[in-house]
Amino acid sequence: MPQKQIGNAVFDIDADGFMTNVSQWTRDVAVALAKEEGIAELTAAHWKVIEYMQKEFKENGAAPTVRKINKSGVISTKELYEIFPGGPAKKAARIAGLPKPVGCV
Amino acid sequence: MMKKLLILGAGTGGTIMANHFSRRLDKSEWSVTVIDRDDAHYYQPGFLFIPFGFTTIEKITRKKSKFLPKGVKFIISEVERIDAAGSAVILADGRKITYDFLIIATGAKIVPSETPGMLDGWRDSIFDFYTADGAVALAEKLKDFKGGTVAVHITETPIKCPVAPLEFTFFADHCLGERKMRDRAEIVFVTPLSAAFTKPVAAEKLGALLEERSIRTVTDFAVERIDAAARKLISFDNREVRFDLLVTVPVNMGDELIERSDMGDELRFVPTDLHTLRSKRHENVFVIGDATDLPSSKAGSVAHFQSELLAENVLRAMKKEPLAAEFDGHSNCFIETGARKAILIDFNYDVEPLPGRFPFPVIGPMPLLKPSRLNHLGKLAFRWIYWNMLLKGRKIPFIPAKMSMAGKKFPEQPQP
Repeated sequence: MPQKQIGNAVFDIDADGFMTNVSQWTRDVAVALAKEEGIAELTAAHWKVIEYMQKEFKENGAAPTVRKINKSGVISTKELYEIFPGGPAKKAARIAGLPKPVGCV
Repeated sequence: MMKKLLILGAGTGGTIMANHFSRRLDKSEWSVTVIDRDDAHYYQPGFLFIPFGFTTIEKITRKKSKFLPKGVKFIISEVERIDAAGSAVILADGRKITYDFLIIATGAKIVPSETPGMLDGWRDSIFDFYTADGAVALAEKLKDFKGGTVAVHITETPIKCPVAPLEFTFFADHCLGERKMRDRAEIVFVTPLSAAFTKPVAAEKLGALLEERSIRTVTDFAVERIDAAARKLISFDNREVRFDLLVTVPVNMGDELIERSDMGDELRFVPTDLHTLRSKRHENVFVIGDATDLPSSKAGSVAHFQSELLAENVLRAMKKEPLAAEFDGHSNCFIETGARKAILIDFNYDVEPLPGRFPFPVIGPMPLLKPSRLNHLGKLAFRWIYWNMLLKGRKIPFIPAKMSMAGKKFPEQPQP
């Protein structure tokens, strides 16, 4: 399995650069992954989403969809697209150290 | 005491299960009851053929009751809710029907009200072809089409028959060409996905087909709202797609009953075990077809492949044996590409659609992932197979419930 190093942290990733072991995740890793996704700084709103996604993953074994994040009341879909431009569900999952969301066919 | 198996929904999945159990259960021990809100069974793959006048609604509609076996009790009623804790369902008139085992086969449907503005232009400049009346209304609209921009649009995934919007796009290109109107029409394919299809090998093939037909593709488009007066789709990241005629696939959700029963996820789909098809929350509840939250396609072929394995598992659960049969996500579908040709794809949870031959290596006779006349004839023949074999729960010759790698080839240059 490929690995990636950021600073002193070494962690496992898949072919698309998603972490495969959330226990290797740290806030510093998140900051570095966010930069790779074009997000210069993680604000309080970003952290709120990241924490929600990790909690969902812990409970259900899968990253939540945009619809579920919106329904949770953590953030509106509009704001989610503003702070994670591009594909927010994928980007936020990657920064939160979660496996790549399973796309449906 | 007679034990009771209850099936909610007499569409593809529910009908197949009723037929399986009427053959496999001891009738002195078990009764089978099916509940649905109406008696109209549509051959849903036929909806695609209505807007262009290739078929009519009458030709693809039969009675649900006609396909349920003798000895099965059929109740036509709305269901108020499922009381899973009490192993009972409550009908609209308050009647309570208890069960020992429940199979949920309530399907999925379009919910246009989920997208702000969509209903403002509904059946005026905005149409669907996922319902009987929608497909018929669109056929009328297309008769008078004088040119302009046709946007074919997917609102959000998952949707039933994920390839149908592409097929509609290919048909539109072909039919406008036959009517000598293609140069007066622009066709745009708008999708929330990053490509024409979810899986890379098929996405590349299908994307190339769109391109060679001069169909513009707009990807990663998550629609926030529709401005029906200005005829514009507007995305969450503030992009706009203008249209004269919008053919949309609205958000697909499970039945309201699932939400009323507090048994669904955010799209009202029932959390279901990937392989055993048992409800994740209730031991005596199983789920089939579009009603599940599984990452397999929402398609009739999937319900068919699930049915055999599901019947096996329900029979084991009835005997208090551990579940064994494992569904692998097998899906198989024909994709119409216009000009009386079609592509065939066959895949599962782990193996994406690949090129090759089907069902046998080399001799096929059907080519995979490549437009062919034979695949088109296969799709047309499927309507007969659906009514006469598939709904009755019979095996389709040479096509097993679990996907086979025979005849499939990985492309020479692996995709990233």
